[in-house]
Amino acid sequence: MSIGMSVEHIGADIHGDRGGPAQPLLSVRGLVKHFDLKKGFLETLTGGGKVVRAVDGVDFEVLKGETLGVVGESGCGKSTTARLLMHLIDPSAGEIVFDGETVGSAALPLREYRRQVQMVFQDSYSSLNPRLTIQDSIAFGPQVHGVPRREAITRARDLLARVGLEPRRFAERWPHELSGGQRQRVNIARALASEPRLVILDEAVSALDKSVEAQVLNLLMDLKDEFGLTYLFISHDLHVVRYISDRVMVMYLGKVAETGPAEALFDDPLHPYTRALLSSMPSMDPDRRTEEAPLAGDPPNPIDPPPGCRFHTRCPFAEPVCAERVPALEERAGRQAACLIHEADAGHSRNPTAIYAA
Amino acid sequence: MNDTSPLIDVRDLRVVFTGGKKPVEAVNGVDLTVARGESVALIGESGSGKSVTLRSLLRLHPERRTRISGGIRIAGHDVLALGSRPLADYRGKVASMIFQEPLLALDPVYTVGAQIVESIRRHEAVSREEARKRALELFERVRIPSPARRLDAYPHEMSGGMRQRAMIALALACRPQVLLADEPTTALDATVQIQILLLLRELQRELGLAILFVTHDMGAAVEVADRFAVMYGGRIVEEGPTREVIRNPRHPYTLALMQARADGAMTKGARLASIPGSPPDLANLPAGCAFAERCAYAREACLATRPEAVDLGTGHRARCLRTDATAHALQHTEAQPA
Amino acid sequence: MTTLNAGAAPAPVYERSAGFWSGVLKKLARDPVAIGAAAVLLALVLIALFAPLITPHDPYQTSLLKRLRPIGFENFLLGTDELGRDLLSRLMLGARLSLFMGIVPVLIAFVLGSAIGILAGYAGGLANTLIMRTIDVLYAFPSVLLAIALSGALGAGIGNALLSLTIVFIPPIARVAESVTTQVRGRDFVEAARASGAGAFTIVRVHVLGNVLGPIFVYATSLIAVSMILASGLSFLGLGVRPPEPEWGLMLNTLRTAIYTQPWVAALPGVMIFITSISFNLLSDSLRSAMDVKN
Repeated sequence: MSIGMSVEHIGADIHGDRGGPAQPLLSVRGLVKHFDLKKGFLETLTGGGKVVRAVDGVDFEVLKGETLGVVGESGCGKSTTARLLMHLIDPSAGEIVFDGETVGSAALPLREYRRQVQMVFQDSYSSLNPRLTIQDSIAFGPQVHGVPRREAITRARDLLARVGLEPRRFAERWPHELSGGQRQRVNIARALASEPRLVILDEAVSALDKSVEAQVLNLLMDLKDEFGLTYLFISHDLHVVRYISDRVMVMYLGKVAETGPAEALFDDPLHPYTRALLSSMPSMDPDRRTEEAPLAGDPPNPIDPPPGCRFHTRCPFAEPVCAERVPALEERAGRQAACLIHEADAGHSRNPTAIYAA
Repeated sequence: MNDTSPLIDVRDLRVVFTGGKKPVEAVNGVDLTVARGESVALIGESGSGKSVTLRSLLRLHPERRTRISGGIRIAGHDVLALGSRPLADYRGKVASMIFQEPLLALDPVYTVGAQIVESIRRHEAVSREEARKRALELFERVRIPSPARRLDAYPHEMSGGMRQRAMIALALACRPQVLLADEPTTALDATVQIQILLLLRELQRELGLAILFVTHDMGAAVEVADRFAVMYGGRIVEEGPTREVIRNPRHPYTLALMQARADGAMTKGARLASIPGSPPDLANLPAGCAFAERCAYAREACLATRPEAVDLGTGHRARCLRTDATAHALQHTEAQPA
Repeated sequence: MTTLNAGAAPAPVYERSAGFWSGVLKKLARDPVAIGAAAVLLALVLIALFAPLITPHDPYQTSLLKRLRPIGFENFLLGTDELGRDLLSRLMLGARLSLFMGIVPVLIAFVLGSAIGILAGYAGGLANTLIMRTIDVLYAFPSVLLAIALSGALGAGIGNALLSLTIVFIPPIARVAESVTTQVRGRDFVEAARASGAGAFTIVRVHVLGNVLGPIFVYATSLIAVSMILASGLSFLGLGVRPPEPEWGLMLNTLRTAIYTQPWVAALPGVMIFITSISFNLLSDSLRSAMDVKN
């Protein structure tokens, strides 16, 4: 009756690792989401109107058992990407492949996919139904997938214990009676209740106090080992992302700027935006305070993104070619960057084409 | 008002909210001074009393449901004794405040320029043209690009960083001596946050402002503050020069906060040193040290009395009975306390 | 590995928080205004129920000799009306129709309006636009005018008045239902429920209804007073209840000629309408604050 056992059991037949460990758990290809801005009467007639290019052609993979960190500023599309992955909103274009099967195909219907992929939201209060007890909230998902109520409640209580909340004290409580950290533990338990393989954590610890954040991060690491989970960890906090991620993806204005192993990316960023983002982090050293802001101004509006490389308006290394040519996400030695400096024969003066030509 | 006395002088401030079922002791005896041209960070987690302390300095709490005692002197004004007219004059003219979310603090139906003009003319007898000229100067001062055009923008037409700059301009409209900042960069993106932090530092230096900066983010605080004051359970548990507190924290709570950070220094995969338990219930504070039940250094005596401040030299003080045990603790984090 | 050991643990005793509705009741019980309003309404309902047994006089018995007598005249505690009938008895019996006309249309409109509003709110998009714009057409008319127009078209009589009042109250209730549903639908827990693979019907049943019915109900309670006043208005115009049946609005109408000779007596049916409607309003106010989880 322990959860550990039930996971092993599920790993054996339901989760059936189709492609083996080398096949990515999730592949995203050409993902696009454009939102129509609220149209006026005239625009409805003429078919005009502006669109928000929230996610504008994103490709990435999440490997089995890894934690992929996603960082970026507001408007970069990281939360929209999370919602697209959950199919909470429909993509304008693109394909999501989960363990070799296209999501929504006959082999992997949406309903089954949603059991295997779960999400934890930032706002711990808004993500719990105020009219349901904690255990009913957790037991809801399994019941949807046909688990009898008694069994679902038992599972909910086991999970509560597992996330560090004594079931006897918390199972029949209401969300508003819990602290923020406790509620986020409940949300994690709820996400785990349908025995997912991939958990999307959308700013899941961002609203918590530092001391509580550390507790929840530790819990997430433990659960990952125990249940063999894969995480997509979205956050604006680079320290936390560095700590928890195996690989990191940096997004800017609806596009991927850079991806790579966490240590390499943080120690030697390829993309000028990544570098600026890293040096924008407060130093924590009173003797080496930041003297000059790495970037001026705010990120541009995704309604009307700049042409060419989206970052060229704020980039210290921008050249005329950056406003014309859209950089491709080029892969080199397990790292990818979308920057003309690193793209062979792109015509950027800093481009060390000679090095890469070899 | 002589120049050596502190601009902000708070003595034994106590704030009790009486609106609910049980009185909530949000602030329990805070002593705090900020000199002219000095910037102090008031650091703490939610429920530590940091924002309540800050808001008390402008008397922003609902009078009928709040009991404030102690003394607040700001630039010679006895804030708690001010009548309603002098209070209105004091707000904005002597001390003003910037908030976390400028979109909520700015009036959505007026342009930001109009709001600044209105604020100047409320406090000073100047013509509309004169006030607008000053508004324009303020926009240049806070580095808003194309300031003349932006004066006529509505708050929702500005980006987050611009709005925060506009709110700082509004706060500085009547040339206050004291700037109170309530988590001013928490809602901003990293690349914008650092710009605003640098702006605050610049304003402090050039205008000689006394800044009291409330935040939960130690990193942001290090960037602006000369001194740190760490709050827990409604009291300042540790204060001192930024360098001292960061390098050699002596209160176990500050120490634990430093260790709980997922900063680069941590080895990957190692467990974070988290603080067990949760913050104290302010409606039901323990008799002893509020941190004792989560504290790795706590002894029997910690549960009995609320510790007095221990002077550790160079203005560094901690309210803890075990400051002997915490000396140099951060340098040897491997050695677990008994 | 796992430390759960069900065998060794003693039988768990779960700490149970009070249920939501029992919490609301508890809060209402501590609110003197709510208690007062509820007591008044309960008294009115009891009077209405037992009216035929407790009226001091026959409410239909006319007397040309004792017309329009003042309050306290002989054994007519509240005087007599323009046909010499005992006003107290008529007010007591009138509570039946007046309360009926206040509560029943709102109750029916609550069921229908909630269904329409929740459907529109949860569906969103085009369906929402179609449903709500249609509702708005009805909503565009002032409720008094709409009630009169409908009743006039349908013809006088209690049944038709009831029907027209119901139609009048569906649009406002549907609007409130739509707006709270839209709000709840945007909350993360509904997203989380969708993410767990639940169908629309299940989500509405488990996650939406519990969160929206309360606010809609509070709003509907406040409409009972309006309904009573509108029903009185219809009777006043001769479109609702017909004489000699006692109903407060109708009584107010027929007594208006006496406003100069017996102003106190003439005002009494109006006072009853006022007391009832303010009691419903106060009760719905208290209900609203009792249902606020954060208090």
